[in-house]
Parts: sequence; C-alpha cells; structure tokens
Amino acid sequence: MIDIKNLSKDYINGKASFSAVKDVNLHINKGEIFGIIGLSGAGKSTLIRCINRLEEPTSGKIFIDNVDITSLDKESLRLTRKEIGMIFQHFNLLAQKTVFENIAFPLSLEGKSKNYIEEKVDELLEYVDLTDKKDSYPSQLSGGQKQRVAIARAIANNPKILLSDEGTSALDPKTTKSILSLLNRIRNEFGITIVMITHQMEVVKEICDRVAIMEEGKVVELNTVENIFRNPKTKTAQSFINSLQNNIEDEIINPSDFEGKLIRLSYLGQSAKKPIVSKAIKEFNINVNILSGNINKLHESNVGHLVLELIGTDVEVENAISYLRNENVHVEVLQ
Amino acid sequence: MIDLVIPSLLETLYMVFFSTIFSVLLGFPLGILLVITEKDGLWEKPMLNKILNSIINLLRSFPFLILMILLFPLSKLIIGKTIGTTATIVPLSISAAPFVARVMESSLKEVDKGVIEFSLSMGATIPQIITKVLIPEALPSIILGITLTIINLIGYSAMAGSIGGGGLGDLAIRFGLYRFQTDVMIVAVVIIVILVQSIQFLGNTLAEKINKK
Ligand SMILES: Nc1ncnc2c1ncn2[C@@H]1O[C@H](COP(=O)(O)OP(=O)(O)O)[C@@H](O)[C@H]1O
Ligand SMILES: [Mg+2]
Repeated sequence: MIDIKNLSKDYINGKASFSAVKDVNLHINKGEIFGIIGLSGAGKSTLIRCINRLEEPTSGKIFIDNVDITSLDKESLRLTRKEIGMIFQHFNLLAQKTVFENIAFPLSLEGKSKNYIEEKVDELLEYVDLTDKKDSYPSQLSGGQKQRVAIARAIANNPKILLSDEGTSALDPKTTKSILSLLNRIRNEFGITIVMITHQMEVVKEICDRVAIMEEGKVVELNTVENIFRNPKTKTAQSFINSLQNNIEDEIINPSDFEGKLIRLSYLGQSAKKPIVSKAIKEFNINVNILSGNINKLHESNVGHLVLELIGTDVEVENAISYLRNENVHVEVLQ
Repeated sequence: MIDLVIPSLLETLYMVFFSTIFSVLLGFPLGILLVITEKDGLWEKPMLNKILNSIINLLRSFPFLILMILLFPLSKLIIGKTIGTTATIVPLSISAAPFVARVMESSLKEVDKGVIEFSLSMGATIPQIITKVLIPEALPSIILGITLTIINLIGYSAMAGSIGGGGLGDLAIRFGLYRFQTDVMIVAVVIIVILVQSIQFLGNTLAEKINKK
C-alpha cells in the first residue's frame, strides 16, 4: 500500500541544514492502522507530511499503490491528494463556516451537485454522530466534536488513506478513546489505511496494529504492537510503555533489594488464561513472590506483565524459567 | 446653510463611494498577490513579490496632495478634466489602492496556516483556496480593513477639496478659511466627524456580526 524507501528530509535554513528524517524505510499494509510514535522533535510530522508531500522529501521515494508520489508533477500530486485524507492536532476547521459547510468543502471542490452534497454530508454527519450540530460553527463545538467534523471532512471523498498528525493529542483521555474507536470503525467499514502519528502510547495500545518508534529522525524499532509490548528492544520503546500509568513497577522495584531472582514476565491474552505460574511453583521447588503486575488492553489482545521474585536453588530457578519460556511467555531476567 | 452643506456632503459621499470601489478593485487583487507570492506562499514568486512590494511602498510614500497633482494627466485622460469631484476619484483611488493592498495583505495573513495546509491536503487548487478559504476566512478582518480605507478616503477627499475637488473639505476651506464664516467650517467639520464615526461603527458592527470565530 504505502512503501517508503530511504526517505530523508533536510531542512535548509540559509547555510544551516538540519536532518529531520534520516533514511526511513517503511512498508504499510492496506487496511492497517499503523502508528508512528516518538518524542516531540523526533521527525514524525515531517515524515507523515512527506506522504502527501506537504513537505518535499530531500531524497528517497514513496510509493502508494506502486505509484511513486515523489515523482508526480504538481497537477497529478493535487489529484492524488484527493485520495489521501488528513486530520490534524488542531483540527484546522474553517472557522467562518458551519459544520455542514466544513464537511461539504471537499465535495464542493469537486463541483458535486447540491443534492449530492446535501445527501452525502447528512450521511457523514450521522456517521460521526453530529447531526444536531449541522448548523453550528466550530467555535461552538468541543474538541472531540471538532475532530469528528474534521474526520467526516477527511473521508468525504472516500480516500484510500487517512493520515493523522497527532489527531488526538489535544483531547482528554475519554474523548481520545471515542475518536480512536471512530477511526477504528472507519478502517473496519471502509478498509481505509490509517497512519497515526502520536507521542502517546495509549493511542498505539488502543488501535494500532503495528508501530514504528522514531528517534532523532530514524525509525529505531518496528514491530506489531503486541510484540513491542511483550518485548520492547530499545530504551525508547521501554520508556513509552512505562509511560502508561499502570506501568510503573520498574521505577519502584530496585532489584538489589531482593535476594531471589527477579524476572519480568510478559504474556499475551491466551497464555494469561493458563495457570502457568502456579504450575511452575508446583513443578519446581521454588517460592514465588509477586512484586507487581498489570495488564494492557491492546487493540486485539491483552498483554500482561508480572514481576516475580523466584526463590530457590539456581538449578530449580533456571528450570522454572525455561518452563515459562516454553509456555510462550516472554521472560526478562532483571537480576 | 443647509443649501451649502447638503450638496457638499453629497459630493463627499460620491467621491468616497466610488474611490472606495475603485481602490478596492485595484488593491484587493494586489493584496492577494502579495500574500500568495511571498516566501512559503501558495504561489511563491520572490521576484514578483519584491517588485510589488517596491511599487506599493513607493506609492505609499508620496504625500497625497503631490500624488494628486502628479496624477492630473491621468485624470485628464480618464475623465477629461483635472478638477472637480469626478476627476478627483482618479487620484483618490490610486493613492488608496496601495493602502488597500497592505490592509488586505495583513487580513489574509491572519488566516490560520493550518487551514490552508488542510486545503492543500484535500487537493484544492490555488484559485479554490483563494476564493473558498482565504477570503471567506479573512472576511471579518477584510471588512474592518475596508472600513479603515473608507475613513482614510474621507480624510483624503477633504484634502482634495482644497485643490478643487469639491465636497465638505472644499466647503470648509472656502467658507472658513477664505470668507471667515467659521460656522460653516464648523458644521462641515462636525459632519465629517459624524461620518467617520458612523462608518467606523457600521464597519465594527458588521465585522462582529459575521465573525463566527
Ligand atoms: N520548517 C522547518 N524548518 C526547520 N526545521 C524544522 C522545520 N519543521 C520541523 N523542523 C525540525 O525538524 C525536527 C522534527 O520536527 P517534526 O517533524 O515536527 O517533529 P515531531 O512531529 O516528531 O515533533 C524538529 O527538530 C524541528 O525543529
Ligand atoms: Mg509533530
């Protein structure tokens, strides 16, 4: 669907040049919700804006359905952009136009008939649950309502791709959830590929299928969300997971305070149903001390974490760990 | 007194009305061009932008009376005369046009960059962005700018009166200055003040009424 090859973007300011995106390679599948997470300044916005060339890449190529976006002339680019919707952190609604007129905007660009526009906008209003706000102005709406108008507007032309640059970052957690579930519904019902830029792990956890972690212009880790949660490889990924409110054990538990072996288990939904820990206790001659535990509800499954202290002889502890590993549980030895 | 004042008031209104229309017709497109040709604009044209800016600055640096005299030949060409209310519309329009261009430029620049970006992301053409986004979004501010233009033109038209343009300014000078009829001058000045105040009030009210922000 979207193929990003060796993409780089340098900002040139007089003599100074700054590389915001460095040699990024990504493949995004059709119908996927693909997250790109990173701290502020990591280059996420620059990267996503290269996809519809709001920002001109310095080098590299971007293919959408095998068409090289980077080589399109202005007019072809303009037409291609109609197939790529975009939503923004600050909504970017037309302040002087009603909700209806805002959603009608992309249709009126196409010169669609009044009747068609009327019908289509009403349909979209219903879809995003804003029928009663049809004649309101953006200034009369809450943040979540504004973003729903922006989403309706972005999908009015039935695009293949929806780009979201921090689309939920200006919203409170509850509103964020409702916007994310709307986006998920759009993906499921229309098969639109969604690329989500965010700095919030909640967003990734909630709806993304896969996620790329960006740092200083580079993609430093790329995996399914499940795997990232189970086994984050980079420090950045780990700190994003820890940024979730229920993931604070690593800071609290100081391994040197314990005599036994500290391990951190990560398991997926299915493994969570099996009483593997109690089995390990029974089968091996060890004692187990539970230090902390949490579960992250992901988009399609759950990832649980447990931090345990295993007390017993070295051999028994090693055997217990290999038993757990065989049960498809990711085991990280903390000490 | 009324016999003197009413015709002069009508002359002033006539001059101001038409010079507003012509200066906006000249200045508005210039303002749009200034905005779209600037750096990172929709239609980046640095050279054109530089030329436009220089012309506008040059025209704005001329004192109005001198510009008016310099433009006598042009008035003669278009209207057939150099003095009188109709002839005065030519220099009034031309001297206000660069002002309008600047005012429009600053109104259009107030439009949120994000909205323009969004329009680009939707595949809008430049003319579509100008007519469907830039102008409607800037409209309240444009109305305030036109209000300011009208007020300026009332002032300029009073000045033009002193070199044969007619109107309230002419009346005030002819009677107040040359014939020492201070009462006529005071009435003329009071009417100008009332005119300015009402235009400002109307402009503010209208801009506020249509602003949905
Ligand atoms: N127009 C620009 N000119 C120069 N530097 C820029 C420009 N836009 C962004 N940058 C720089 O590029 C880096 C990445 O920016 P951005 O892509 O916005 O990051 P993110 O969206 O991850 O916060 C930042 O260091 C930023 O300062
Ligand atoms: Mg950003």
